[in-house]
Amino acid sequence: MSDIKVSIKNLYKIFGSNGKDMVQKVEEGATKSSLQAEHKHVLGLNNVNIDIPARRIQVIMGLSGSGKSTLIRHLNRLIEPTSGEIMVDGEDVLAMSDVELRNFRRNKMSMVFQKFALLPHRTVIDNVGYGLKIKGTDKAEINERSQKWIDRVGLSGFENNYPAQLSGGMQQRVGLARALATDAEILLMDEAFSALDPLIRNDMQDILLDLQEELHKTIIFITHDLDEALNIGDNIVILRDGAVIQQGSPQEIVLDPADDYVRDFIKDINRARVLDVSSVMKTGSNGTGLELASDVILELAMPAMIKADVTSANVMHDGEVIGVVTLADMIGGIARPESHEGEQVTYR
Amino acid sequence: MELFDDFPSMGRTDLRDLKKGIDFAFRDFSRDNGEAIEHFFDPLLFFMVWFEKLLMATPWPIMILIFAVLAWLGARSIGIVIGTIVSFLAIGYFGMWEDTMATVAIISVATFLCIGLGIPLGILMSRSNRLQAGVTPVLDIMQTIPSFVYLIPVVMLLGIGKVPGLIAVCIYALPPIVRLTNLGIRLVDKEVLEAAEAFGSSYRQKLFDVQIPLALPNIFAGVNQTIMMALAMVVIASMIGVKGLGVPVLRAVSNQYLALGLMNGLAIVALAVIFDRVSQQYGKRLQKHRQGGHGV
Repeated sequence: MSDIKVSIKNLYKIFGSNGKDMVQKVEEGATKSSLQAEHKHVLGLNNVNIDIPARRIQVIMGLSGSGKSTLIRHLNRLIEPTSGEIMVDGEDVLAMSDVELRNFRRNKMSMVFQKFALLPHRTVIDNVGYGLKIKGTDKAEINERSQKWIDRVGLSGFENNYPAQLSGGMQQRVGLARALATDAEILLMDEAFSALDPLIRNDMQDILLDLQEELHKTIIFITHDLDEALNIGDNIVILRDGAVIQQGSPQEIVLDPADDYVRDFIKDINRARVLDVSSVMKTGSNGTGLELASDVILELAMPAMIKADVTSANVMHDGEVIGVVTLADMIGGIARPESHEGEQVTYR
Repeated sequence: MELFDDFPSMGRTDLRDLKKGIDFAFRDFSRDNGEAIEHFFDPLLFFMVWFEKLLMATPWPIMILIFAVLAWLGARSIGIVIGTIVSFLAIGYFGMWEDTMATVAIISVATFLCIGLGIPLGILMSRSNRLQAGVTPVLDIMQTIPSFVYLIPVVMLLGIGKVPGLIAVCIYALPPIVRLTNLGIRLVDKEVLEAAEAFGSSYRQKLFDVQIPLALPNIFAGVNQTIMMALAMVVIASMIGVKGLGVPVLRAVSNQYLALGLMNGLAIVALAVIFDRVSQQYGKRLQKHRQGGHGV
């Protein structure tokens, strides 16, 4: 695995007047509801430990109230933790002075917001250049770099429009361009596409993946939408009541959900679109003729096998056979984990 | 039963002594410090006299031209410019030019003074709930206490003239700008503010790039209200020696001159309408970015 960019250790956030003392109560086993009922404190984050690799897309997902937006705001200290440690590139974010924190936010970490949070009184180009202006970059350079990002997100021609004149999808492109324009290595995206309608959301995901292929930023992406998480995430962390329930690659989560909560989450997803052939293959090399790359998703692999009229194929990685996969393995892979007994699936 | 019939009030002599005590204390204070306080306001007085003379000395066609240009710059509306020109021509034709200039002078100075004091105070209030809790009742008092009541100490301290008049006007006209600046900044979208913070804005950058621009519509409503309140004080200010349209109104009241009162009263109304329309239109233009619609 690649090197660690952001490391979160033993992070607690408890909202309330006396949060510090409540950490111990939580360590001793108090839950979100018991803390609320007995001590009138709200458990925001409960012993979160995540290592976020550099140059990947790390998705943090959970339902509303699971603490994901709280968590992402700890990374640039928009919210102060109750206790714990956050290291970015080996630097302790929580130890930073005001000035250091400001420079950190200006240069290292930028953010995209769910409701766009654009400046309504500034034009598109001025919004995109906002982060640079705060840094004190000179005017000509701001405009040049802003223009580059406006073109890159496909908003050429709208430079002098105001945000209110743009659609939601276009406004979020401005938000994305604004975050990219500062050349920060880390991009925080707080439910960035959740306010957009499904088609636009898919467009934006494609734009993001497209940009990522070229930029290799460390992206921390918050979402409540599992399809989105599986589509863009290299790694996924699932939060519930402020605690990490499971972390792993999309494949791992789909194949091996940690508990019923996660199982419930992945119930309705299209597994053939997430799983690749390597995740369902077996050892061996006795496939019949056809060779499949290890990262081909089942949705594409199955029609390919049917078209070639074979029932098994060798799985290839870097030019070598690493396993064999059959149509039956694939069908087994896309079946839901629990079989929903009682549901009538065969004709009697 | 006695308690129910007679209110347990302070004794008459005690009460008289208390009032006397306060009166004498203040009289001594003003005797000792009146002069120093007067001198403190000298630069302001000097400026007001100079400004009033400037307005009166400028030939009337030039003044009307200046008003027309200002109205155009503010409102960008031919109708309002024509209205302004016609109003000032009528004012001049009915012999109220000089008084009107004096009134315009004090209103302008009072407005700028209120803006200069009120906006910073409003910004500070928006930053601190404690300050807001402390200042709000003072503003309430300033707006509701009868003007004559605070005229007494002001006149005792500073005598009669332009400066006490200006202070009286400002006491009445200051609250709206303070309130609306405070409100406007508190109403700024939290998300936009958070974004500013996330990009590493300093306090100054947040204030000038985000808070003030987004609060501007409310701040401008405050400026507009301040101008209107200042105009409402013209007649009362004239009681303590401020020249202007209030003086003939006051004379008309005491002598029952209907026409004189009506004409000068209408001149005040004309000024109010012009100031109001121009400042409102200007405020509206400041938020043209709020209009939706695609393309343009």
